[in-house]
Amino acid sequence: MPSKIKLEKKTHRDQQVDAIIKMAILAVGGQGGGVLSSWIVNVAERNNFYVQATSVAGVAQRTGATIYYLEMLPSEKQRPVFSLAPSPGDVDIVISAELMEAGRSIMRGFVTPDRTTLITSTHRAFATAEKIVPGDAIADSSQVYDIAKEACDRLIAFDMETIAIEAGSVVSASLFGALAGSGALPFAQQTYEDTITASGRGVEASLKAFRAGYLKAQEEDGSKELDQSPANADVVSPGDPKVPGFLLPDWEKLQSRVQEMPETVQAMVQSGLQKVIDFQDLAYGAEYLDRIERVLTVKPDSGSDLTITAAKYIANAMAYDDMIFVSDIKTRKSRFDRIKKDIAIGDKNVLRITEYFHPGAGEFCSMMPLRLGRMIETSPRLFKGLDWLVNRGRRVRTDTLFWFMTLYLVSGLKRFRRKLLRHNVEKKHLNAWLDTALSYADSDYDLAVETLKCRRLIKGYSDTHRRGMSKFDKVMSGIELVRGRDDAADWARRLREAALSDVEGNTLDGALKTIASFTDTKH
Amino acid sequence: MAERSFKKEVEYLRLGEGDTFHGEGILAITKALLQCGVGYVGGYQGAPISHLMDVLSDAQDVLGELGVRFEANASEAAAAAMLAASVHYPIRGAITFKSPVGTNVASDALANLASGGVTGGALIIVGEDYGEGSSIMQERIHPFAMKSQIWLLDPRPNLPSIVRAVETGFELSEISNTPVMLEVRIRSCHVYGSFETKDNKKPPLSVKDALDNPMRDTSRIVLPPASYLHEHEKIEKRWPAAVEYITKNKLNEFFGPKTGKVGIVMQGGMYNGVIRALQRLGLADVYGESDVPLYVLNVTYPLCDDEFLSFCEGLDSVLVVEEGQPEFIEQAMRSILHKSDLTTKLAGKGVLPMAGEYTGEIMLNSITAYLKANCPELLSASSRSPNRQVEIAGLEKLAKTVPPRPPGFCTGCPERPIFAAMKLVENEHGPHQIASDIGCHLFSIMPPFELGGTTMGFGLGPASNAAFDGGGKRRPISFMGDGGFWHNGLSTSIGNAVYNRSDGVIVIVDNFYSAATGGQDVLSSRAENPSKSTNHPIKKALEGVGVEWVRQIDNTYDVSAMRATLEEALTTDHKGPKVIVASSECMLNKQRREKPLQRKDIQNGIRTTKPRFGVDEEVCTGDHACMRLSGCPSLTIKKLDDPLRDDPIAHIDQSCVGCGNCGEVADAAVLCPSFYKAEIIHNPSKLESFIAGLRGGIINWLQNRRSRSRLEFGNN
Repeated sequence: MPSKIKLEKKTHRDQQVDAIIKMAILAVGGQGGGVLSSWIVNVAERNNFYVQATSVAGVAQRTGATIYYLEMLPSEKQRPVFSLAPSPGDVDIVISAELMEAGRSIMRGFVTPDRTTLITSTHRAFATAEKIVPGDAIADSSQVYDIAKEACDRLIAFDMETIAIEAGSVVSASLFGALAGSGALPFAQQTYEDTITASGRGVEASLKAFRAGYLKAQEEDGSKELDQSPANADVVSPGDPKVPGFLLPDWEKLQSRVQEMPETVQAMVQSGLQKVIDFQDLAYGAEYLDRIERVLTVKPDSGSDLTITAAKYIANAMAYDDMIFVSDIKTRKSRFDRIKKDIAIGDKNVLRITEYFHPGAGEFCSMMPLRLGRMIETSPRLFKGLDWLVNRGRRVRTDTLFWFMTLYLVSGLKRFRRKLLRHNVEKKHLNAWLDTALSYADSDYDLAVETLKCRRLIKGYSDTHRRGMSKFDKVMSGIELVRGRDDAADWARRLREAALSDVEGNTLDGALKTIASFTDTKH
Repeated sequence: MAERSFKKEVEYLRLGEGDTFHGEGILAITKALLQCGVGYVGGYQGAPISHLMDVLSDAQDVLGELGVRFEANASEAAAAAMLAASVHYPIRGAITFKSPVGTNVASDALANLASGGVTGGALIIVGEDYGEGSSIMQERIHPFAMKSQIWLLDPRPNLPSIVRAVETGFELSEISNTPVMLEVRIRSCHVYGSFETKDNKKPPLSVKDALDNPMRDTSRIVLPPASYLHEHEKIEKRWPAAVEYITKNKLNEFFGPKTGKVGIVMQGGMYNGVIRALQRLGLADVYGESDVPLYVLNVTYPLCDDEFLSFCEGLDSVLVVEEGQPEFIEQAMRSILHKSDLTTKLAGKGVLPMAGEYTGEIMLNSITAYLKANCPELLSASSRSPNRQVEIAGLEKLAKTVPPRPPGFCTGCPERPIFAAMKLVENEHGPHQIASDIGCHLFSIMPPFELGGTTMGFGLGPASNAAFDGGGKRRPISFMGDGGFWHNGLSTSIGNAVYNRSDGVIVIVDNFYSAATGGQDVLSSRAENPSKSTNHPIKKALEGVGVEWVRQIDNTYDVSAMRATLEEALTTDHKGPKVIVASSECMLNKQRREKPLQRKDIQNGIRTTKPRFGVDEEVCTGDHACMRLSGCPSLTIKKLDDPLRDDPIAHIDQSCVGCGNCGEVADAAVLCPSFYKAEIIHNPSKLESFIAGLRGGIINWLQNRRSRSRLEFGNN
């Protein structure tokens, strides 16, 4: 229990003012900040406190950052005068319903080391700015967490969102529990629970989330590191595969080839190998290992960066996204099981799955045998005709036999894949890229590694894929220009990051212009 | 039906003598109105006074018992015009809206009302949307009061003070024959507190009684010669009467010692902020007992010269705490001082910043600086030279890390696909001149859509494109919500476009409610409303004022259709405005309405379908193109624990309501095949279960067959 509440009536005025408990709640609109605020009002009144709460609800409630503010003091005959807004350096308890909002509360000065108990959920609700970048723009949670540890007097931080969802409730309930468990307010646990019970809606689930938050908060001593393991991610890591008996000898052969490689690269090669076998077959896996072994012979002694990078991106390049792959994924048992688990379907319910496809003539062409595909692709008239025939959005019910069978058959085309146009295009592209990268390896090892990493730019389908390809080409041509310079690898990295940072490619074009300006003068 | 139900709060309106009311400031005002014997109430919703309208709307029973007429007016102008009932009849009336935007709309009626003056008390409750959380231009209400000579109350932000302001406001209005504005700021509207209630009073003369005995008085009508006389009457009769009432009834308050070197004058709304600064300086206790003389203006217009001068007497210097600009009160006080014999110095703007909200930090720093300069002996040693605040390491890093989080469209919002379609049109045909309006759809200006360049006022979106309506290579486009359409848009925007033969494209975003203000019904709402007339289609209104090219879209989530219609509107040969009515229900309200029903249906064994969207992780490549056309909170990202993957992939969390936008956008924009819709059917029919079982069995057999022929890894 905080000591400052137990004040005698005739204390010094400053101490009296200090006894006012000031509390700010930072939430994202829709997280139930208003409910939490009204619960705190209720529990304070239950404990004979005089309490005032305010908010600036308005449009901010629509998914924006929003703030609630409360002050309280043990009730006496006279009404105290409370402030209507939090002041930097003058807040005792800050409750944040999301980790970045905790960061925002620190930035706004509400969290200070001399007085503030910071209670925050560590989960993330990603902001639009983090989502719309083509690459990875997720804000650094551990940085915020580490600063939070230093910024406050006491930190109560754990994933309260997951706790709440597991209890069938929302984060406001587990936050209320964490507040109770922190002991930052001089109220008994029962009075908090009475408040929830009196609210009369979803009481059972709220109480469950409340108690989970309460217990977890009592264990907190603010010393631990941020647990960043994604709470809801299905962990995808190489494990022991299920291998049918007739495939076992070939599989073991590939395994022994992996075993012969340097230990440092084996994990990545194993992941890559599984990906390409999953994509095609064991022979394709052998092809993959051929490529890795080639990389190993090019530069056997200079560390493993080159091989690991190659192992990663060769696998991604070999397992390109075509209609066969998509159909294969969509018809797998494991996928059906995962959907059922995700939506928590009961035995008596029926599941319907609708896919959203929109293949164009390009996709169909690429699925044709090499020559036929080429012929249509190079004839504008035929191509247009095919496009007219196929290019429209298709809603496909994979829980029905007709569409399941259709996709099942398409994925069965796998055995012909090597003869199809797409495969030949991809193979050529892969080899050209790999040759270029490896040709740098002797003179500029780092540049070779950076060039391999450029494969990251190619992703997506149709327009997105084309855009990625064009960015990839631009970056590769830029690399060609800087080749031979001391800072070539650095430029290659910069070009790639520029390409990933915006959609239109303006940043990339700017970087290329800079390169052109200094490479021109050289000649 | 409004977003929030106030059935529980309505019961508080029945509290009587000796009871205690607990709740928000805005509800306290509602209760106070009934205690004052108000005869009619009206207004237009908008933060921060929406709840006042919602409560009254839910309180039809209580109002009926008392004989009080409630109107949910079509606009603020309509609300202000309603106060005409208090011109000739001794009936108290109150209206409410947000300010200054609502006051702008209402000012025609307000100026006429103020000229002729009132017999019954007329109270205009304005929610001042200023400072943090505000969604509008930052202006003051003060000059409206000054220009029309309407008295302006700005009570201290606690419930008893606000309630007293309602009571005295009516009396002041009646005694001085002048309408009175009651200004409440955002935080005082939402402040939770308590006050002792009194019994509700029936209006001595109800509007019904008044109808039976019509009254008129030509001298109250704004037409020469009466209008000339009104101006003189304002100055010679009404003003002095007001000052006398204010002084006699001590509407303004004095706190702290009578004498000293310095004193502080403040607007009532600033009182708590000033006290907090004094508390932190050790110059006031928790109850507001101050060591510095304070003069609190619960009435900020008119000023009472003698009262102010008596406060200044004996003080060397006075600080005026007046939020917002220009500094009307400070200027007036300088003038009063200048004309007097007093030598008291006046400080105000300069010590305090000219513009912006007076936050706790600004208040503390400014008052400290003022006292240091004018009366340093009041300050303790530590306040005179305070220790520097502890610097928190890494703050600048934080500013770069923490992403901005502006408000945006809700999960499943039906307006999102409209702007996704618009963005696709722009991707293909290039940027257009786009004008926005007021309402949720204004979120289109933010990422990821970034569409729209101006917002000129409620229902004024299409009108704000008028200069471009002559046409050019590409047609101008404007957006307007259903709220704006009925508020003002039908005549000001649509009528204007028809009459001037506009070539532009107008999109009316119809979500069945005035959604941004809390989901109040409008004329075109599809729900039956027990006390209001709804179900009047926008399309009919458009045709009525002469729009010939109208396209009604009843499912905005059909992005392809939405895009095709936009393209048709942009290319058709038709002369005159092209209007698209894009209608789908606000998802927030729809969920609130349907969720409980759905739950009941499932329990009762009725067949129910629950959709949700998902993303196939293996298929998604992490380009996020879908998010650049969405911004839906439930469509988010997820980092896979896969060493082969660099970028986070798309992920749909459990808050998804299955609106369908993801799939439609993926289709219309030809993005990728990652999205799927999974529908759970609760309580399926026997035949349905049987067929599903059969299908499942065969599919399962095929899947197992394939599994046996290949390697299966842990991740699939």
